[in-house]
Amino acid sequence: MRQTEVAGALRQILPAESVLARDEELRPYECDGLTAFRQKPMVVVLPRTEDEVRQVLVTCRRLEVPVVARGAGTGLSGGSTPHESGVLLCLARLNRILEVDPIARIARLQPGVRNLQVSEAAAEHGLYYAPDPSSQIACSIGGNVAENSGGVHCLKYGLTVHNVLGIRGFTIEGELVELGGRAPDRPGLDLLALVIGSEGLLLVVTEVIVKLIPRPQLARVVMASFSDVRHAGEAVAAIIANGIIPAGLEMMDRKATAAVEPFVKAGYDLEAEAILLAEADGTPEEVSEQIAEIEAVMRKAGATSLVCSSSEAERLRFWSGRKNAFPAAGRISPDYYCMDGTIPRKNLGPMLAAIEAMEERYSLRCMNVFHAGDGNLHPLILFDANIPGEWERADRFGAEILELCVRLGGTITGEHGVGIEKINSMCVQFSASERTTFFTIKAAFDPPGLLNPGKAIPTLARCAEYGKMHVRGGALPHADVPRF
Amino acid sequence: MDTSLAELRERVIAAHESRRPVRLQGAGTKDFYAADAEPPAQSVRAPTAPAVPPLVVDLRSYRGISGYEPSELVITARCGTPLAEIESALAEQRQFLAFEPPAFGAGDSTIGGVVAAGLSGPRRVYAGAARDFVLGTVLLDAHGEILHFGGQVMKNVAGFDVSRLLCGSLGILGIITEVSLKVLPRPRREETLRFEMPAAEAITSFNRWSGQPFPISGAAWCDGIAWLRLSGAASAVSAARERLGGERVDPQSALQWWNALRHCTHPVFNSTTLWRLSVPDTTPPLDLPGQPLIDWGGALRWYPAASDDDTNHAAGALDSTGTPRPRALASAAGGTAMCWKGVAPPGGRFHPLQPTVATLHRRLKDRFDPHGIFNPGRLIAGL
Repeated sequence: MRQTEVAGALRQILPAESVLARDEELRPYECDGLTAFRQKPMVVVLPRTEDEVRQVLVTCRRLEVPVVARGAGTGLSGGSTPHESGVLLCLARLNRILEVDPIARIARLQPGVRNLQVSEAAAEHGLYYAPDPSSQIACSIGGNVAENSGGVHCLKYGLTVHNVLGIRGFTIEGELVELGGRAPDRPGLDLLALVIGSEGLLLVVTEVIVKLIPRPQLARVVMASFSDVRHAGEAVAAIIANGIIPAGLEMMDRKATAAVEPFVKAGYDLEAEAILLAEADGTPEEVSEQIAEIEAVMRKAGATSLVCSSSEAERLRFWSGRKNAFPAAGRISPDYYCMDGTIPRKNLGPMLAAIEAMEERYSLRCMNVFHAGDGNLHPLILFDANIPGEWERADRFGAEILELCVRLGGTITGEHGVGIEKINSMCVQFSASERTTFFTIKAAFDPPGLLNPGKAIPTLARCAEYGKMHVRGGALPHADVPRF
Repeated sequence: MDTSLAELRERVIAAHESRRPVRLQGAGTKDFYAADAEPPAQSVRAPTAPAVPPLVVDLRSYRGISGYEPSELVITARCGTPLAEIESALAEQRQFLAFEPPAFGAGDSTIGGVVAAGLSGPRRVYAGAARDFVLGTVLLDAHGEILHFGGQVMKNVAGFDVSRLLCGSLGILGIITEVSLKVLPRPRREETLRFEMPAAEAITSFNRWSGQPFPISGAAWCDGIAWLRLSGAASAVSAARERLGGERVDPQSALQWWNALRHCTHPVFNSTTLWRLSVPDTTPPLDLPGQPLIDWGGALRWYPAASDDDTNHAAGALDSTGTPRPRALASAAGGTAMCWKGVAPPGGRFHPLQPTVATLHRRLKDRFDPHGIFNPGRLIAGL
C-alpha cells in the first residue's frame, strides 16, 4: 500500500512519533481555517529540525509524493488543505526564535513561531513586528510568508512582503535557497518578493528574517458614525486626499456593529449605517495634530458623531469589536463565509449597493467589515450549512462579489490567498496566458510539480470547466494553446 | 490596442522568431548599470561567427500617464513616460515617489527604466525600496503576449507577485510596458541635522536612533559629517530635533545634499573606480582604502578609488583567492558588492549569485524568454 510505503520511508529519516499515518491521528489535520473543505492527508510529518525538513522533501521527491506545507492551520483560503495522496508537512515544531538583535532591529525566526510571539519577544527593546493579521495569537510566521498576510495596520506599515528581509528555504529537490538577508537589495531577480505570497507552491521556508520597528509612543483611535455608507466611503478618500496616512482605517456597516456590540460591548453607535475607526500613532504631539485633522475631515464628510479614545483601554475596546467581527458572525449565524476582495476605495459605495442587491437575490444576509484604508473588503455571508442549498448559494454569492471586485478594478484576494477556495475566481482575474506564466514560474522552482499541487493557480482545463474564459479586448488570448 | 504597443509587439514577435537579441532602451541614463556594461573584447567571440548586433528598441515613444487618482495613492504610467513628468504630476497634488529613484542628473529617465533597474534613493531603508511601491505591471513577453500582473490596489495576493519580480529585472524577462506605483503624501515638514563625528560613531548612532520612534527618512555620512533627515508631522519633526541635538542645515543645502546622494551626483561619483557595497547596517567601517560615502543608515557604502589617477582598482585589489577586496569584505559582512564604475573585476560587475539561486534564474529566463532575446547579459553574464 502506498501509505505504508511512504510512511515507512519517512520513518527511516524521522523519529517514529514524528510520522502520523493512523486514521485518528490524521483527522485533526483534515482542514485549515477554511473548514468547509476537508480532506484527510495520506501521512502527516512533524519534523523538528531544518535538516529533517530537507530529508522529508528529498524523500517525497524520490517517491513522487505531493507535499503540502502547513503552519498553524489558521489560513482562510484552504492553502494548506491536505492532498489525499500527499504528505502534510507540518512546520509547527520549528518554533524557535533564533535571534532578536535590538541594535540591527531584526529577528531571525523558525517558521512555526507565532506572529504575536515576535512582537512579545521584541517588546523589551521598544520594538515590534508590524504585520498583525487578526489571527496573530495563533498564526505562524511561515504561514504569513506563504500568504503575504496583512492586518489592520498595513496601510501605513505594509504587508508581510514589506517587513520580511530574508528567508531560507528548500526546493522540492532538497536544495537550500537563501533569498534576501540583512543587507538590502541583493543582485539578481527579486525572488524573495516572488516567494512571499506564493502559497507553498515554490519553496518550503525554514527560516525568516523580519524587520522590527520602534513601537510608537502613543496611539489613539477616532470612532465616527455615519448615517450613510457612502459618506463614510467619502470620508476615507478625503482623509487620504488630505495627506494623512492613518495607522489603521477600518469600516463596519450597521449589520456588523449590530452583530458585535452585544458580544463585546465596544460602545458602537447602533443607529449609524456605518462606523469608521481611524487610528493615529506617533509622538503625543503628532497624534493630537493628526487626530484633530481626521476629526475635521470626518465632520466635513458628514459624520453624525465622533468619539476619540482617551486611554489605551478605551482604544483597545474600540478595536475589540472590529477584531471580533468574525467570531461575532459565528455567534449570530450557524455558518459564515468570509470574502477578501480588494477594490479601489472610490468604488466602496457601488460595491456596497451591489452586495445589498445580492443579499436579496440569494436570500442570504451579509455583514460588511472593511480595511477601508486599502480597499480590502471582508463581506461575511451568513448561512446555515444544515439547510439544503444554503452553502451553494453562499458560494455563488461570494463568487459574484469577487467577480465584481475584478470588474471594479480590484482583485479577488487582498490578504487571505487563493488556496482552493478562490481558485475558480482566478479564471476571472487572469487570462489563460497570465495563468500559463504562473505555471512557468512554478515549473522553474518545482519541476516535478509536487509542492502544494492544485492550489492557487487553476489549470486551463479547470477554467474551461468553470466556463469563465477571460476575454480581453475581444480576442481569446493564446488562441493556439490546446485547452488541456 | 494602441498603435505603438501593437508595433512594439510585432517587433518582439519578429525578434523572437528570428532569434535576434533585443536591447531595450529608455533614456539610456543607466546604460552603465549592467553586468555586461563593458563587453569583452571582440577576440573573445569566435571570429568566424560575428554576433548579431542587438536590435535597439527605444521605448520612449510609448509614454503617458494613463491614470492618477491622488486619493487612491496610485499612479499608472506607460514605460516611456519621463520620471520628471510623473514627479511634477505628483508634486501638484503634494505627493511623491517615496523610494526616491535616481535620475543621474538628467531629467529624462523613464519610469520603465526606473522600475526595470529597481534602484532607490536615501529614503530606501526607511520608506521602502522601488519594489515595495510597485503595485502592478503590464508585461510584453517574448511570445508577444500582453500580460497583466498585480493591479492598482494596495493589497493583492492573487497569483504570484510577478510585478515585484520584474522590478529590478533589467528587462531580461520581457518589456515592462506599463506600471502602477503606490505614491505617498509629501511629508508636511522636513529638516536635516548635521553632526561632526567619525564613520564608526555615525554608524552606531544611526542604528541607535533607528531603534527609537524618530521620524528618520535619511541617514548618511561623508568626510567626518553625519547627516540626518527627519520627515513627518511638524510636531514630530521638532520633537525629534530637540531630542537629537546637532546642527540644523538650511533647507537649500539639505536639498542639495540629499539630491546629490539620490541622483548619484555627489563628487564621490566622479571617481574613475567606484564600488557600491550593500551590507547589514550595523557593519563597522570596512578596512578599505579611501573615504567612503555611507548612506541608508549604514547599509550602503560607496568606496571610490584612493586617488583620481588610480585606475588600477586600489579599492578593488584582489585578495589571495582572486576576489576583489571590497567583494570579499562585503561577503564576510553578509552583504554584496557591485563595481559601479571602472574596469569590470573578475567575477563580473554584479556580485555573483549563489549556485542554487543562479539555477533558479536560468530556469526562469529559459521559460520566460526561451530564445534569450531580451537584454542578453544585462543582469547576469551569459543569461
